[in-house]
Amino acid sequence: MIDAKQVLHVARLSRLELEPGEVEQMATELSSILGHIEQISKLDLDGVEPTMHVVPIDGGLRDDEPEPSLPIEVALSQAPKANAEGFIVPSPQA
Amino acid sequence: MSDLTSIIREQSATEQIAAIKSGALDARELFEAYRSRAAADTFNAFTWVADEAPAALPAADTPLAGLPVAVKDLFSTEGVPTQAGSKLLEGYRPPYTSTAVAKLEAAGASMHGKTNQDEFAMGSSNENSAFGPCQNPWDPERIPGGSSGGSAAAVAAGHAPWALGTDTGGSIRQPAAMCGLVGLKPTYGAVSRYGMIAFASSLDQAGPITRTVADAALMLEHLHGADSRDMTSVGLREPIAVPSRESLEGLVIGVPAELTGEGVEEGVAAAFQVALAEAEALGASLETIHLPHAEAALSAYYVLAPAEASSNLSRFDGVRYGNRVEDADGTLLGMYTRTRHDGFGPEVKRRIMLGTYALSAGYYDAYYGTAQRVRTKIAGDFTEAFKKVDVIATPTSPTVAWKLGEKSSDPLAMYLSDICTIPMSLAGIPGISIPCGTSQGMPVGLQLAAPAFGENLLLGVAHALERTLGFDTGGAIR
Repeated sequence: MIDAKQVLHVARLSRLELEPGEVEQMATELSSILGHIEQISKLDLDGVEPTMHVVPIDGGLRDDEPEPSLPIEVALSQAPKANAEGFIVPSPQA
Repeated sequence: MSDLTSIIREQSATEQIAAIKSGALDARELFEAYRSRAAADTFNAFTWVADEAPAALPAADTPLAGLPVAVKDLFSTEGVPTQAGSKLLEGYRPPYTSTAVAKLEAAGASMHGKTNQDEFAMGSSNENSAFGPCQNPWDPERIPGGSSGGSAAAVAAGHAPWALGTDTGGSIRQPAAMCGLVGLKPTYGAVSRYGMIAFASSLDQAGPITRTVADAALMLEHLHGADSRDMTSVGLREPIAVPSRESLEGLVIGVPAELTGEGVEEGVAAAFQVALAEAEALGASLETIHLPHAEAALSAYYVLAPAEASSNLSRFDGVRYGNRVEDADGTLLGMYTRTRHDGFGPEVKRRIMLGTYALSAGYYDAYYGTAQRVRTKIAGDFTEAFKKVDVIATPTSPTVAWKLGEKSSDPLAMYLSDICTIPMSLAGIPGISIPCGTSQGMPVGLQLAAPAFGENLLLGVAHALERTLGFDTGGAIR
């Protein structure tokens, strides 16, 4: 159903790293779950609209009025690395 | 047994609030009693307990009169550790408080502890917690249910008068059932999700885990409401009344064949039948109904919830909060993957993988699109059913709480245990679990479901049944 190569591809898309031993186990577990899930492909769903949200949402946006927000130092206070102005991350070019 | 211990054992939250208001009970002494019980908790129900009572407790004339409340660790609480059962968020102290908690506090509740849970609410046993599994106070060798396992264990043990939980596919109702308590998942949209760490946004709802139906009604009355910070929150259409219904005369209860037959443990089925007989004795009539897509709902859920989770959990990347693990080669991509590798437990990784796969190019329509169409079908099943019946009854869980470790090596078996609660979640309708007896010495839950925004009907019926079933929700309090 889903093999080691696909698992590695999905792991990369997911920004997850798997140990060599985890790849086979993940393939087995995902295949077992997908095997159960695939029963829905047998249903006749022609012409059935998808449901994204069960409650009607009017898409209402707030008025574009400035409201008080977190001070910068508070917003940054939980970051693993930050300076006075922003979050610090390794350079994407490194 | 001291006076306070017997009060904790015997009185509901509603009764304790009344006693504080009348002057019969001192709010500060009661807070300290619960706080010290929580601090001495041996079930691993708590991930944080207050050091002391706040300098000023809310006044006795507030609606909730300073009564303590335990809060699932999925809710952001300003300055208080909020770790969602994850190593990735170890030590995280949010700079703001979730709307649900803020509303309870505004009504006069005082948080005395944060409770253990499955990591990011993914699990049915509380075993997927980076802070260790939680035990069931009715039998410490068994799971308390999940994902709001700590909230349920805390209330069942008398370490909290009531607790706040969250339910995506059953995470309030199932642990409440397994710990002999009342658990209410409101209509989707009733309670704001702002500041509640997101798992599957189209399904997540906050709600109470309590000793009585009246307590659940009281907490819900102070939780619900539209919130400009959550565009899916609409609140309820009428205030929540104090449930007082005694008769079920004229009520039609639908019993879905698909959720009450095969796969339900014998003792659970027996307790369920007793509850139905009690309902009939109160004047209700029973009607067998069909939810033809109930089984497919489980499959659809395990596409939709992981898909939404894979997107929601992309925010945990070691940049803005939580732990970061730098990669040896110093790259940004390496930092992301090392952080997530180290921070997430196996079940969270499994669901992110499942969801990413289901959303990936070439598979999107086969999985996610199909699952959304199944969701339309299951919602339609309920619409049809509610043309004939007023409420629907099922066991909350096909089994009682299982032994710790029993299902942890088989993810699919764990998923299948959610079969009775997931259909209501997909349809967005309210469901409540109330205790209806025991099997193997463990509590059994009766689930009742009503049409969207039918909370008052649901609570009234649950209250009438609770009276006649007479289960002692303090049975595990020592």
